[in-house]
Amino acid sequence: MIINHPLLGPRDAAEFVHLGDASLIDRPNWQAEDAAAQFLDYAYMRDNPAGELRELWYHEQGDRSWLVVTRNTLTHEISSVELARDVALARGRDR
Amino acid sequence: MHYSAFRIFKEGLTGNKGWKPVWREPEPKAEYDIVIIGGGGHGLSTAYYLAKEHGLTNIAVLEKGWIGSGNVGRNTTIIRSNYMLPGNQPFYELSMKLWEGLEQDFNYNAMVSQRSILNLFHSDPQRDAFVRRANAMLMSGADAELASAEDLRKELPFLDFDNARFPIKGGLFQRRGGTVRHDAVAWGYARGADSRGVDILQNCEVTGFDIEGGTVCGVQTSRGPIRAKKIAMCVAGSSGRVAAMAGMRLPIESHVLQAFVTEGLKPTLPGVITFGAGHFYVSQSDKGGLVFGGDIDGYNSYAQRGNLPVVEDVCEGGMAIMPMIGRARLLRSWGGLMDMSMDGSPFIDATHIEGLYFNGGWCYGGFKATPASGFCYAHLLAMGTPHPVATQMRLDRFKTGSLIDEKGVGNQPNLH
Repeated sequence: MIINHPLLGPRDAAEFVHLGDASLIDRPNWQAEDAAAQFLDYAYMRDNPAGELRELWYHEQGDRSWLVVTRNTLTHEISSVELARDVALARGRDR
Repeated sequence: MHYSAFRIFKEGLTGNKGWKPVWREPEPKAEYDIVIIGGGGHGLSTAYYLAKEHGLTNIAVLEKGWIGSGNVGRNTTIIRSNYMLPGNQPFYELSMKLWEGLEQDFNYNAMVSQRSILNLFHSDPQRDAFVRRANAMLMSGADAELASAEDLRKELPFLDFDNARFPIKGGLFQRRGGTVRHDAVAWGYARGADSRGVDILQNCEVTGFDIEGGTVCGVQTSRGPIRAKKIAMCVAGSSGRVAAMAGMRLPIESHVLQAFVTEGLKPTLPGVITFGAGHFYVSQSDKGGLVFGGDIDGYNSYAQRGNLPVVEDVCEGGMAIMPMIGRARLLRSWGGLMDMSMDGSPFIDATHIEGLYFNGGWCYGGFKATPASGFCYAHLLAMGTPHPVATQMRLDRFKTGSLIDEKGVGNQPNLH
C-alpha cells in the first residue's frame, strides 16, 4: 500500500505504524460522571467496519507525523490522507 | 457408513461403488432449536458436540459459502497447548486431549500427527520466561521439555545455532504438539453432525437478525427466514460484520494473516519449529511442502489477502533460523481474516441479547482450539453455563478488568 502523505507525497505503508480507528482522537473527559463507561467504549470497543474506515497511522520511519487515513478494508484502497493534527483541531481538540 | 481398513479392502474389490456423499444437502426447515451461524471448524464441531454430548439434534449450521471455506482451510494446521495463563492453558490442554482421541471419536482420518512443536529461545532471559511457561504447562497437565542447544544440535543440525544476532540457546518442546489435516477436521465434524441429524445448510448467508424485545427469535437468510430458540454466532474473522447486524459492537478488529507453502521437498523438518526472536513458524506437510507463516499485516482488513512487506518480514525470520529455506521456491501464499481481540484471547459467551450467543476473537490461534471451542460452546448452549475451562472467556472481561493477555501488550489488537 502507498500512503499519499500530505507533506511528503507518496510513501510506502511499511514506513508507518498502524494504531487503529481514528475515533481514538476523541478521548473522553476523565472527569465526566460516566467516565468509566466512556473509557471502556473508547479503549476496547470497535466498529470494525467492512468498507470505509478512518484510521490513525504514524510515520515512524519518516517525519513522525500522525495521519488520518481513510481506507477501504475490503479493497485496501486509500481515498484520503489528512494530518491527524488538522482532524483533531477540527473536532474541537486544543492540539 | 463406518470407515475401516476392512471397508477400504471391500470397496477395492467391488470397484469402489459403495462410497456415498458424507453429508446431506437438506432444504432449510422453518424452525430449529439451535441455529449455528458459520460452517467452519468451530461451528461444525459445536454442532457435533451438541448432538453427541447433549443429544440435541434439531440444529442447523448456516454457511455462507461451502463448509470449511474460511479459516479452517487457510491455517498452518498447527496444534499445541503451550499457553501460560490460567484463563487459557486448561482450555487448550482440553483441546489437545480432544485432538488425541478425535479420529477414533468421529471415525474419520484427520491425519492428527503429534510430531512435536519446538519454540526456540535466543537469550538467557527468554530461557527463564520459557521455563516459567513450561511450568505452567506442566501444572495444567500438558507436557513440556526444555532442550539445550547441545540437545538441539543432535536433533536439528540444520538450525543456524551461531547466528550473530540471534544465536539459538535452546528451545521448549511440546512433544504432543503437531499438525492436523485441516480440511479433514471440518469434513469429519460435518459428517459426524450430519449423521446424527444436524442440517448443514450451505450457500445460506445470514442477512439479518429478528430481535423482539431484547430476545432473538430467528435470522433472515439468503434461503429464507429461519426461526430458532437459540442462535449461536461462530464466524471468527467476520464477527464484526455479523454482530453489526444484531447492533453489537465488539472488542475485536478484523486483520489479515498470510501463510505460505513451498514446493514439495524430501523429508526435512521432523516437527513444528518457531523462531523466538521474531515471528516465524514452520512445519512440513505430508506432501512435502514447507508450510510457514509469521505476523499479521497489522492493519484492519477484510480483504483475505495481504501485502509484500510482511512476506519479506516472514521470510527474513525463516532465513534467521534455517538459512537452507532460502533454497526452496515459494509455491503459494494466501490470506485469512483474523478476529483480533483486545487482549489476544477469545470469547465463548452469551450476549446481552437473550438467546444470542457469541464465539469469536480467536486471533490467529483458532485452529488448534477447534475441538475445545466446539465442546465448550456446545456446553454453554445446552447447559446455559460456561464449561469450567472457558469461564474467563467472557465478553465483559474488559469491563471487569479480568483480561487474558498472554503477551502483555494491552488493547492493541495488531500487536497480539
